[in-house]
Amino acid sequence: MIGILKLGYKLLVNDKSKFAALLVGTAFAVFLMIQMTSIFAGILQKSSSTVINIGAKIWVMDPGVQTPVNSIPLPDYVLDGVRSIDGVKYAVPLYSGGALVKLQSGIYQSVTVIGLDDASLFGRPEVVEGQIEDIYGENAFIVVRDQEFPKLENPKIGTTFELNDHRGVIVGIAKVTISGLFGIPTLYTTYNRAIQYIPSLRYTISYILVEPKSKDDMPHIKEEVERMGYEALTADEFMKKITKFYIYQTGVGTNILIMTVISFIVGLSISAQTFYTFILENLEKFGALKAIGIKGRELVYVILFQTTFASLTGYGLGVGLSSLLITVATLRVPNYTAKINYLNLGLGFIMVLIIAGISSYIGIRKVIKIEPFDIFRG
Amino acid sequence: MPNIAVRANELVKWFGEGEARTYAVREVSFEANLGEMLYIVGPSGSGKTTLLSMISGILRPNSGTVRVEDKEIWGLTDDEIADFRLNTVGFVFQDFHLFPRLTTAENVAIPLILKRRNWNESIKEAMEYLEIVGLKERAHLPPVKLSTGEQQRVAIARAIVSHPDLLILDEPTASLDGDTGRRILDFVKKNILNENRCIIIVTHDSRIFGYSDRMMKMEDGKITEVLKGDLNEK
Repeated sequence: MIGILKLGYKLLVNDKSKFAALLVGTAFAVFLMIQMTSIFAGILQKSSSTVINIGAKIWVMDPGVQTPVNSIPLPDYVLDGVRSIDGVKYAVPLYSGGALVKLQSGIYQSVTVIGLDDASLFGRPEVVEGQIEDIYGENAFIVVRDQEFPKLENPKIGTTFELNDHRGVIVGIAKVTISGLFGIPTLYTTYNRAIQYIPSLRYTISYILVEPKSKDDMPHIKEEVERMGYEALTADEFMKKITKFYIYQTGVGTNILIMTVISFIVGLSISAQTFYTFILENLEKFGALKAIGIKGRELVYVILFQTTFASLTGYGLGVGLSSLLITVATLRVPNYTAKINYLNLGLGFIMVLIIAGISSYIGIRKVIKIEPFDIFRG
Repeated sequence: MPNIAVRANELVKWFGEGEARTYAVREVSFEANLGEMLYIVGPSGSGKTTLLSMISGILRPNSGTVRVEDKEIWGLTDDEIADFRLNTVGFVFQDFHLFPRLTTAENVAIPLILKRRNWNESIKEAMEYLEIVGLKERAHLPPVKLSTGEQQRVAIARAIVSHPDLLILDEPTASLDGDTGRRILDFVKKNILNENRCIIIVTHDSRIFGYSDRMMKMEDGKITEVLKGDLNEK
């Protein structure tokens, strides 16, 4: 059988123009599909950046919260209530909000301010310049060095700015796992300074971060929080909630889905059409093979092999091309958001298999019908 | 007493149904012997290609039987018929049907590859047959680089590489000039025909009639005349 498949391979690969068209069609489709889904994965990951960077196991919030940036402030008694639940090792408040800072040049810049619990600094970033303890200093803020850092005019330790008529001083530079989605620089300070500097509503706690005594305590903690009328989510659950919001309640998911389907249709059209032309051009040859003695199922194997080989090679090229573009774009474009993961690779692979399957079906249907007698008859 | 290679009995083939039914072959019976070069001749539409297809396991007759090597071929399953064609019959098609994307040697090796023989061994054996037809030096070229006469010889090499007992040539000189056609037939008769092989040729090229051992004339789906040996000898 290997010899017969090698025959199929040579018939396919030696027809260089058709083979190239098949590869280009499939690779282009895969490239677009991977790009679209990677961008979506990147958006989802960045949209969960607060959850990932803070690293709390359980997040307590108002049930109406959809994304970390749109928090609904919680009354202080909720914090006390959560702390009193059996199985809670500790619970701390977190402030997360937006503000405008006036830079030394006089221009205003939007920032996200994260206020960490004063006592524990739970959820603190990794400080790369300065000390974390300096956050307790007067007017102290730690700035995150990410793609948005230059928007604050590349501050150094000691750089000052104004925030709601308060003086702010950069006391440290930190790095985080993932930068945010909206292209806004991030400042860390203490919870109390945050609520003091930034105009607030009646309630000030954005989230309550909970550390359970053990994993087994989580269901109980969630139940008790729910009884209080609030919602406790694990980090994964919170990220899923954010994902759902972006997929179902914004146009992002739908648009990406439409683009992915269009990419699939384009790839399918090019590949299936090219393979069909390849089959039509070789129809007499397949008929001759039948006359010589190839069996119907062997012919089916040959066609399946040809489409699978072309599709998988195209898939490899498409993934390679996508990876290259994403790598280059990430290096050159500060806010570029794309992430290749197993899910979008798998999705692309399934799409390619469908393209191969449909192309095979079209080819096989045609070839199975050809009668060797037609070859004789001419 | 000659060994019978093919025995066709009361073969009937029609196309279409009802009023559109057209008989291509009408109750044809004949025998072809090993060591014999049998011609089937006749005008276009006389049924000679249909007859050839039925005796080579390509077209199922509506009635009648075909025995090859004492085996009733139309009693076989589809897979068995494919095996029969692969192992017992060698085809030289009118348009050769060589694969332009394969080398000449690979083209010749196709029947061996279909027999699941090792690729390299198949190519090696194909080279031996290319040597027989005088084209060993051109083995690595694609068929499109060869002349029509050379392509014909490649087709013959492909047809005989699997040692078939029955060799079928469909209008072998249709696309050849007179001299080349005669050279090919001379070559086939001297080098390919042997006592264990029967060659059946469908043609209407009178220039090559002289090479036949026996010639059956067909008209309107029937054998109207059988000529033996020299064409002038009935």
